[in-house]
Amino acid sequence: MRATVSDLPLVLDGVSVRAGAATILDSLSLSITPGAPTLIVGPNGSGKTTLLRLLMGLAVPSVGSVSWGGRTESKPVRRAFLFQRPVMLRRTAAANVVYALAQAGAPRRERAARAAALLERVGLADLAQRPARKLSGGEQQRLALARALARDPEILLLDEPTASLDPAATRGVEEIVLMAAQSGIKIVMASHDLGQVRRLAGEVMFMVRGALCERAPSADFLDHPSTPEAAAFLRGDLVI
Amino acid sequence: MSDQFSAWQLIINGDAALFAIVRLSLAVSLSAVALAALIGMPLGALIALTRFPGRSVLVVLLNAMMGLPPVVVGLAVYLLLSRSGPLGAMGILFTPTAMVIAQTILIVPIIAALTRQTIEDLWAEYRDELTAMDVSPAGRMATLLWDARFSLLTALLAGFGRAAAEVGAVMIVGGNIDGFTRTMTTAVALETSKGNLPLAMGLGLVLVAIVLAINAAAWGTRVWSERQAG
Amino acid sequence: MASRLLSLASALAFGALASLAPASAQDRSIVVASTTSTQDTGLFGYLLPLFKAKANIDVKVIAQGTGQALDTARRGDADVVFVHASSQEEKFVADGFGVKRFDVMYNDFVLIGPKSDPAGVKGKDIETALKAIQSKAAPFVSRGDKSGTHSAELALWKLAGVDIAAIKRPWYREIGQGMGPALNTAGAMNGYVLSDRGTWISFKNRGDLEIAVEGDRWLFNQYGVMLVNPEKFPSVKKEFGQAFVDWLVSAEGQAAIAAYKIDGLQLFFPNAEKKGS
Repeated sequence: MRATVSDLPLVLDGVSVRAGAATILDSLSLSITPGAPTLIVGPNGSGKTTLLRLLMGLAVPSVGSVSWGGRTESKPVRRAFLFQRPVMLRRTAAANVVYALAQAGAPRRERAARAAALLERVGLADLAQRPARKLSGGEQQRLALARALARDPEILLLDEPTASLDPAATRGVEEIVLMAAQSGIKIVMASHDLGQVRRLAGEVMFMVRGALCERAPSADFLDHPSTPEAAAFLRGDLVI
Repeated sequence: MSDQFSAWQLIINGDAALFAIVRLSLAVSLSAVALAALIGMPLGALIALTRFPGRSVLVVLLNAMMGLPPVVVGLAVYLLLSRSGPLGAMGILFTPTAMVIAQTILIVPIIAALTRQTIEDLWAEYRDELTAMDVSPAGRMATLLWDARFSLLTALLAGFGRAAAEVGAVMIVGGNIDGFTRTMTTAVALETSKGNLPLAMGLGLVLVAIVLAINAAAWGTRVWSERQAG
Repeated sequence: MASRLLSLASALAFGALASLAPASAQDRSIVVASTTSTQDTGLFGYLLPLFKAKANIDVKVIAQGTGQALDTARRGDADVVFVHASSQEEKFVADGFGVKRFDVMYNDFVLIGPKSDPAGVKGKDIETALKAIQSKAAPFVSRGDKSGTHSAELALWKLAGVDIAAIKRPWYREIGQGMGPALNTAGAMNGYVLSDRGTWISFKNRGDLEIAVEGDRWLFNQYGVMLVNPEKFPSVKKEFGQAFVDWLVSAEGQAAIAAYKIDGLQLFFPNAEKKGS
């Protein structure tokens, strides 16, 4: 196993992200700690994706700093990211996982066996030799999860991974995410689906217009929101 | 080669001289493509993935060099390899090796420019995932080149087409020596200049048929591979 | 998978290159810079296997115009020069690029023209014919490529008293190419062209062309051979090159030249200086 320097707590300190004249995130300060899954919700354009990308290190702040376990420079060795639409490499499902293992530094001899185990874990063992691009949307997302788990991550960041999937596929993905959470991986996940929040979340971060509006344990947020914007959002109103 | 027979009869009769010419044409052009791929694909991928001052100028230059006139390249290589030239001591003027060198120079820009465009487009799609997986720069190049292999095959075929079709460069650096550096294109030029137009046309059609066959084989390979890898 | 394919491709590339690589300096071959007439007539196709059987030396012929052949030799890229422009050859030796010039064979030039003979030159001597072509502004194709034939053509215009360089001439077409293309062009535009008899005999695309003037003593075309000076270019294969020169002027080589015929017609007439035995 690789040297374990932790990426947690993941701390944002006064972070703003601007693109031209627009402010996407506004003076955000928060910290992510080990524990139950954190779900990020909010209307479109509230900055969920940008926040996740910051946490991963895919985006840099215009103002302020991001630190992983106290370090402002941290290669994403023990972080993994799942995009809403995953990019499948032009090879078999198994080869995709082997690729992820290779990038994560797994010894060559072990890759085939570990890939098989990961595919088993995400329920794709039968499709191991299928070209990855020929898998269905749900299967591809599960393969992406296998690739992410291949990195043996401490944190798994997911950006609305089931937004384009049907309910059956959604369930498949959620089961794997829960399983990962139970094995000790910190989940940070953006979601558009309040039902999903109820099923998965330990805590909820609610964002509006680039700012963190409310943060609370999931039951509290869903049943007794403390801000009017959150209440409006939960009612289904458009929060502008 | 007998002038009385048409090119097709030569094939049916298994004319040795004709087969030697076909073999040489393929050896020279395929070698040039292989070499140009080894140079041009990493070069194209590198330019696609890195940012540096003057990059746009380099891209325009590379694209423009796809239109390098073969006869000019031939002349330049001739002057380099001539006994009176800087590399004369190598003694490779008027040999197939010189022909391969000239054709490689001719098609490296084609392969590099097409690779650059293909990889640049693919990078736009793969950038997030590969960055999230913390893939090294070398790893990115290798991954993108492999994933783009079907489009890159087309780039290779473009390079091969250019090489197999040109006569200016191989004529000058090869000398069209009977039995040694005569290729299909130089043979066509020769027979035309001798007034043997039917034979020249026949040879030309043989060349076209061979290039067609190679493209068909490449297509078949691609179809088969896509079934394997998606 | 990708890396294995890559190493396979590299191996193939280098293997192919190696198979194309020239043999070491031990290989028994020479490069002869010659003219298109000796190649296109098939003379070399006939002679070289005979020489190879005798001396086991491969002769690689680069067929260019005389001027270009001499230039190639001046750059040291040939071992032997075999062309037909005596004054240029003498200069080549005088400048130190050639060792010694030997007469090998001759053929003659013929004036080729359309059967319709617009300038009315058929059967005349070459001087009269060229004057007529110029005064009637009949189309005339010149090789314009510093070749032996081109030099001869220019000398003939001079003989006819025509300052061809000074004349602004839509009827005089310089194409800068070899004998074959010149004949093709003349056929296409129903014009006149000076050709060596050998190329004419083996030329297939005659169209409406025929011999208009022949036999004139000014149409005599001498071929000479020279070894490129090894003192100027140490890379010249002195021994093999000299063997070829010696063979060409030997009784055997001369007999072979005389024996070469197309359709029963002899193309080249050997005239090397006979050596005492």
